Amino acid sequence: MITEKRRQLLIFLIFALAALSAPFFLKGNYLLNVLIFVGINTMLAVGLNLLLGYAGQISLGHAAFFGMGAYLSGIITARYPVEPFLVIACAAACVGVIAFVIGFPILKLKGHYLAMATLGFGIIMYIIFNETVEWTGGPSGLSGIPNLRIGSWVFDNDWNNYYLVWSFTLAVMLLSINLSQSRIGRALRAIHDSEVAARVMGVRARILKVQIFTVSAVISAVAGSLYAHIMTFIAPSSFGFHFSVELLTMIVIGGLGSIYGSFLGAAILTMLPEFLRVFQDLDIIVYGLMLILMTMFMPGGLISGLESVMKILSARIGKRRDDHAQT
Amino acid sequence: MDHSRQLFQYILSGLSNGAIYALIGFGFAVIYNSTGIINFAQGEFVMLGGMLTVFLLVVVQMPLVPSILLAVVAATLIGVLFERLAIRPLKDASPLRMIIITIGASIFLRGAAMLLWGKDTHALPAFSGEDPLYIAGATILPQHLWILGLSVLIIIASRIFFNYSVVGKAMRACSYNPRAAGLVGINVKNMILLSFALSAAIGSMAGIIIAPLTMVSYDVGMMLGLKGFCAVIIGGMSSGMGTVLGGLLLGLLEALGAGFISASYKDAIAFIILLLILFVRPEGLFKKKETERF
Repeated sequence: MITEKRRQLLIFLIFALAALSAPFFLKGNYLLNVLIFVGINTMLAVGLNLLLGYAGQISLGHAAFFGMGAYLSGIITARYPVEPFLVIACAAACVGVIAFVIGFPILKLKGHYLAMATLGFGIIMYIIFNETVEWTGGPSGLSGIPNLRIGSWVFDNDWNNYYLVWSFTLAVMLLSINLSQSRIGRALRAIHDSEVAARVMGVRARILKVQIFTVSAVISAVAGSLYAHIMTFIAPSSFGFHFSVELLTMIVIGGLGSIYGSFLGAAILTMLPEFLRVFQDLDIIVYGLMLILMTMFMPGGLISGLESVMKILSARIGKRRDDHAQT
Repeated sequence: MDHSRQLFQYILSGLSNGAIYALIGFGFAVIYNSTGIINFAQGEFVMLGGMLTVFLLVVVQMPLVPSILLAVVAATLIGVLFERLAIRPLKDASPLRMIIITIGASIFLRGAAMLLWGKDTHALPAFSGEDPLYIAGATILPQHLWILGLSVLIIIASRIFFNYSVVGKAMRACSYNPRAAGLVGINVKNMILLSFALSAAIGSMAGIIIAPLTMVSYDVGMMLGLKGFCAVIIGGMSSGMGTVLGGLLLGLLEALGAGFISASYKDAIAFIILLLILFVRPEGLFKKKETERF
């Protein structure tokens, strides 16, 4: 009998194999380039989903952590000849400490207040990205960020960058799957259902919420650093409220609390504007409609919709088999 | 002398911005107190007020006063539609789902405005001329006086409505205890609908009276909405004097901060205040033992 853990591992291995072999089946670099951004967005969506889908704590300021990662890496490596991977680690640690410190007062708040506070934090960071012109280049952006390199091996083409990003993305996904199946994952879901009940059962809800907020911020920061090195140019407009809402839309479409749902949502929202030119002007109106309609009619997201379709199908097949057996 | 004149100038512009924040904050409080929802789309009604008036005035070429009235009516209808289509079907949804729905509505309205009217910034003509008045050495635009006067009027009108009219009292009853209100024959659903209508109307009026001063474009809603939220948080989610004081305080601090510290961080000041209040006194600065609602 396959245990749940083994089953999850198997699904992950199949997914990872598909992700890693995808470039061999693609023609042209354009699609590969799009898939790099699917990877980055998947990482961000999975990170936010840990907080929102599992622990039930909303954040409308995650674009800020993404931006902090990008700017820390970008500014330091553009100015000083230091090892970029080391800088990514330092940036992640730095963002982690900041998230941990502000996590205590912020996560004391619940529901609407938490949403407003994280939104406020996001906007403050956005203003800082725009106004500290001597560091960030202000609204016109920061250029001259070097590509990542290991020794003499430079990550400067789509093929390299694809594997770079997806190895991080797969690592984040594996970490999240493990986390969700562990004691911590169960505790987080307990907090989601009822924080009071969770605390009564001995879950240290306060510190756990701050910890998961920190993990989620660190994941976003790493994604930001990778983004900066791949693009070699960053501007504040990528890290504003609009992007926080885009991330929220990704996980609402894919499914709150589902790792593969996050991938699905990230893939859909990243690819749609690439392939539907019309979509580029309509994007915010479509995001708005998607948020409303999914929340009203499919609160579990596409993944749970798929699962229920599968269940109905397998029940049908099972029934047909029974019928065959009887005749 | 010059310094004190400058100070006076900042105080004047701070107060008139603050009055707008208080009005927008009122919109939040009206809905929050009847449903427990914080409507993230509140700022979009402010934008709609301004944009609709510009549209009626410039494209349809209606005179100013009818455009304003029609814009308020249209924004109110959109508020009613929003409640009927997106809020009422989910009446017992978790706060998380409500947040996501109202954010969805917010960016949907913003997107629709962008699609209909483009990304340009529009100015509404001032209600009575652009010639500045000189008061005690400070210059003041007539529009500032309009803003202060109309805000005071709207605030007084809503006070009278909530304290003395039957419908207003019924809405207050729903906010204290919807079940009990239902038992004495108040139609709670209609009161919730009404609260969305009222809040959209107040929001759009705020958007209209500030439009000549700050210009209006499809994306002004979020900033104004958040500042209104900041005002109402300072006021402890009341739609009484607390929020008025909260708005004025925020406007003043912002104007003084922009004047004496740094103009480019003007918007950040409001959000730092918002975070501080949420961290330290989430129940508001002026809270009495029993929160006064409405």
